[in-house]
Amino acid sequence: MTRSPHDPNGSAAPLLVVEKLVKSFGGRRVVDEVSFDLAPGEVLGLVGESGSGKSTTARCVARLVRPDSGRVLLAGRDVPGAGRRELRDLRRDMQMVFQDPYSSLNPRMTVEALVGEPLLVHGLERDRRRRRDRVVELLETVGMSAAHLDRHPRSFSGGQRQRIAIARAIAVGPRLLICDEPVSSLDVSVQAQVLNLFRDLRERLGLSILFIAHDLAVVHYLCDRVAVMEHGALVEIGTRSEIFGSPRHPYTRALLDAVPIPDPVAERARARGNRAAP
Amino acid sequence: MKHAKAALDTPLLAIRDLRVSFPAPDGPVEVVHGVDLDVARREKVALVGESGSGKSVTARSVLRLDADARLSGRIELDGTDLLTLPPRRMRQVRGARVGLVFQDPLAALNPVMTIGWQIIQPLVIRGVSKRVARRRGVDLLSRLGVRDAERRFDDYPHEFSGGMRQRVVIAIAVIAEPELLIADEPTTALDVRVQAQVLALLRELADERGMSVLLITHDLGIVAGFADRVVVMRHGEAVETGPVDDIYARPRHPYTRALLAAVPRIGDDPARPLAVVDASGAPADGARRREDGR
Repeated sequence: MTRSPHDPNGSAAPLLVVEKLVKSFGGRRVVDEVSFDLAPGEVLGLVGESGSGKSTTARCVARLVRPDSGRVLLAGRDVPGAGRRELRDLRRDMQMVFQDPYSSLNPRMTVEALVGEPLLVHGLERDRRRRRDRVVELLETVGMSAAHLDRHPRSFSGGQRQRIAIARAIAVGPRLLICDEPVSSLDVSVQAQVLNLFRDLRERLGLSILFIAHDLAVVHYLCDRVAVMEHGALVEIGTRSEIFGSPRHPYTRALLDAVPIPDPVAERARARGNRAAP
Repeated sequence: MKHAKAALDTPLLAIRDLRVSFPAPDGPVEVVHGVDLDVARREKVALVGESGSGKSVTARSVLRLDADARLSGRIELDGTDLLTLPPRRMRQVRGARVGLVFQDPLAALNPVMTIGWQIIQPLVIRGVSKRVARRRGVDLLSRLGVRDAERRFDDYPHEFSGGMRQRVVIAIAVIAEPELLIADEPTTALDVRVQAQVLALLRELADERGMSVLLITHDLGIVAGFADRVVVMRHGEAVETGPVDDIYARPRHPYTRALLAAVPRIGDDPARPLAVVDASGAPADGARRREDGR
């Protein structure tokens, strides 16, 4: 199986650099000096429980909120300090996918308008017919088709809506996708399809993904590296095998210990306190 | 025991050919198509399915919670058919013989009453004195792992975290010592560590009290460590029923196999793509990979 263009030895210059990011709400630091970077083509999981600051970190990176201090560089360009025009250019390079595909899509717009809108806004495809062709290509990339063009979000299931949201996000050809719990509201069978789609996109388009999730099994499946957040701080970051194989921080170990195992024999062994090796 | 007359081998809850339909503009729409389900005394049964499978509607039918639902078939609790019970007697079943825990603990609690007041209501309305009810309530809350339960008894729901609120909801559901607890996605809104604690508590409490549990969930992970038996639902039908070990090790129905193969697991090789359930519910390519494993 071909892996991503990401070089695990880290020789490539990072696409995204986050340094000492700080964000407070109402005097409380919800993001506390968070630093990490992301290589081209790499998928980084950002995990933690509710209130850990993982979503706020993602929103600072995407400039949906402005950080109080710290640096965010996307391909060397300053994100927090970007002016209107620079921000528009930055948004061509990074797009977001949200958790709830029911509220992230305008219910009055057709699929053609939803997926075509970024192409129009960024002036990438002004001709209506060519734009429509491009929308069809994008829909096919995410496993949908031209037959869906004239329909509205209400006629789609949660999984299909998330595909539409992904098609919309990749329309402008971003290099970084920031996904905030993109599969956590989906049924398990649909979740598997969308996770496979993310892997496929990452390989075909060389996308980098910052993947925020609370489900560690999902992160294990998709992410090359994992960053663990607790109370606003990044407590541990490492490769998939480091975090899952030999976690160093007690919080990481506590999170991993609590993950339910879909295997009754293994669960009973754990309930007995793992006295005997399985 | 209150209901000693029933033979021990008859199930506590027996659902036979349950059909549920809801009114719609073009006539009633049936969403549960003839489900059979048993819960034995002291047994923990998981009702598993994806959205739209009818698992919640089935569970809610036991207490006739959906006023506009039309129910047919039989739902027997210890030999009494609940579907033909007059409303007044149905109210006596709710809480006293069958307890209920919902997914969202905040929506289930009254924000303007103290949690203590809410916990003791099931006892107070059955004539237990407030003093006795309070003592039992504090003991139970403390048993559920709420530290300093005596003092916290007079707090309001907003002063509790999500995990603590779910313990309050469980306390309300079990304080009247029901024989059956129906828990509808009780840990879905909780963080993973709190989820593990709440599930362990539910299991311990059920074992201590000899209470049967019907757990409704979409999460195949939590079922493995909790249930004795599993019922898999899809499109309003129970497609497979069996002991938990058989369901996970030797699933017979293609949908059960596909569902299990679609779950990502930390022990798996991440390079292998997840199996995808196709439209008919049969496992698409790759889903058969678990059959040879164990």
